[in-house]
Amino acid sequence: MSTVASPGATGAGSTTTAVTVTRVHRLFAAQGKGSSVSALEDVDLTVADGEFVSLIGPSGCGKSTLLRLIADLDQPTSGTVEVFGKPAQRARLDHDYGIAFQQAGLLPWRSVTANVELPLELHGMDRRARRDRVGELLELVGLSDFAKHYPDQLSGGMQQRVAIARSLAEKPKLLLMDEPFGALDEITRERMQNELVRIGAETGAAVVFVTHSIPEAVFLSDRVVVMSPRPGRIVDVVPSDLGAAERRDDSFRDDAAFFHTVARVREHLHGTPVSGIRGVENQ
Amino acid sequence: MTSALPVRLSGRDPRTRMRVLLAPVVLGVLVLGLWQLAVESFEIDPFVIPSPQAIFDRFITNISSIVDGVTVTGRNALMGLVIGAVIGIVGALLASATWIFDEMTAPLVAALSVIPIVALAPVLYTLYGAAAETARIIVAALSVIVPVYLNTLRGLRQVRPVHRDLMRSHAASAPQVARTVTLPTATPYVFTGLRIASSLAVISALIAEYFGGPVGGLGKSITSAAASSNYPLAWAYVLGAILLGLAFYVVTLLVERFFTRHTGSD
Repeated sequence: MSTVASPGATGAGSTTTAVTVTRVHRLFAAQGKGSSVSALEDVDLTVADGEFVSLIGPSGCGKSTLLRLIADLDQPTSGTVEVFGKPAQRARLDHDYGIAFQQAGLLPWRSVTANVELPLELHGMDRRARRDRVGELLELVGLSDFAKHYPDQLSGGMQQRVAIARSLAEKPKLLLMDEPFGALDEITRERMQNELVRIGAETGAAVVFVTHSIPEAVFLSDRVVVMSPRPGRIVDVVPSDLGAAERRDDSFRDDAAFFHTVARVREHLHGTPVSGIRGVENQ
Repeated sequence: MTSALPVRLSGRDPRTRMRVLLAPVVLGVLVLGLWQLAVESFEIDPFVIPSPQAIFDRFITNISSIVDGVTVTGRNALMGLVIGAVIGIVGALLASATWIFDEMTAPLVAALSVIPIVALAPVLYTLYGAAAETARIIVAALSVIVPVYLNTLRGLRQVRPVHRDLMRSHAASAPQVARTVTLPTATPYVFTGLRIASSLAVISALIAEYFGGPVGGLGKSITSAAASSNYPLAWAYVLGAILLGLAFYVVTLLVERFFTRHTGSD
């Protein structure tokens, strides 16, 4: 349990880190006079290259705040956030990460193609190269037939796939996802999870994934970071090294090891041992 | 987001579309029939209300002078609409870019919106001379500025937080954010403002004619026909004014539809 497998990591010997969060605090000024709310308190976290890490916890535990700090959409009150060894702001300006939000956040007046190529267009890639890349990305998310459609003509799941394709446009080595499947129905959600496992394996990117679904976190991740609210802090990190990404398919959802890990995460979330879950004994 | 839009006709099945179109046509024919019947059977005098038949006759026989009137009033309204729209849009862009301009103009816009703008017409005629159309164009433009300004400004403030985050995560520059997100978000609102303003432009240009200025235009024709007791002809000009207003409305509505065809995903 001491080492955590990081499948897909390049340069096996020297595992560089994708994200390093050191002693981060984030205070929000509250509405009342003088008082403030501690959204994150003394948070340390490292994510290795190619590693899939989920942040899980109840509402208000600061998991989305932590993701926003890594993305440099917000700044810590104290502490440091580094992405690929540089300050988070530098990493954002260098386009080092791709991001997907709970809302797909597509631009409704742009076609699927134009939405996916947005980051490439903003960063000055020429038209021909853009079209080629968009073709690959749409194939990756299985939407090649919908290139000319507009977001309002797509289902929620398809919109989210377009958003994921957009986040992958610049082949980032780090993918930040803030409950991207939160608004989807259970069936679509499981299909999207399967696709994300496949995409993760194909691109070899590190992923930081915010969710409030325990099975989702366990199914997708190499490690599950369990957080607690008020103040938001990391309670524990549960390894979910259940094998390489290729093994994570629908049958894996029925695996005993899967249930075992789900039980462990749940135990940390509730703060008390959960006994008798499917007869699995906790260490 | 665009719930203020009237019912969409496109994208429905043909039978529903037929019913949506047919219902008002049937009602219109019915009202006209009852009107004609009432005028004939109660022998109502034309100065109270002429029969639709009489109005339509005058409309046909005087079609060339009605077209002339529509041309004059329509040109004034269109120029007023364009000038007022440019001022309104530019003003809104300035107001959204600099809060100080917004603070400065807010009371001015409130004041402008309560001025009965056509009441300025007599003053403007003395300013610019009663032989020029200038006063009428200015009245039309003034009536257009406020709705276009307010709608555009509202549109510029509709950028969704997720889009703002997205652009920030891509390290987009301010001009890039304006071009790819802010302006496209505001565009449907601009055209909603223009649709509302288009009818106002026609009404203002027409009513300004009542207060003086050169001969020509529907407003002048209505007053002169009524003054010579030719009531069916006055009503025929009113019909011309209705058609002109409708044309402005429909054109701006279609443009608005075009620009709102892909709004409201997730």
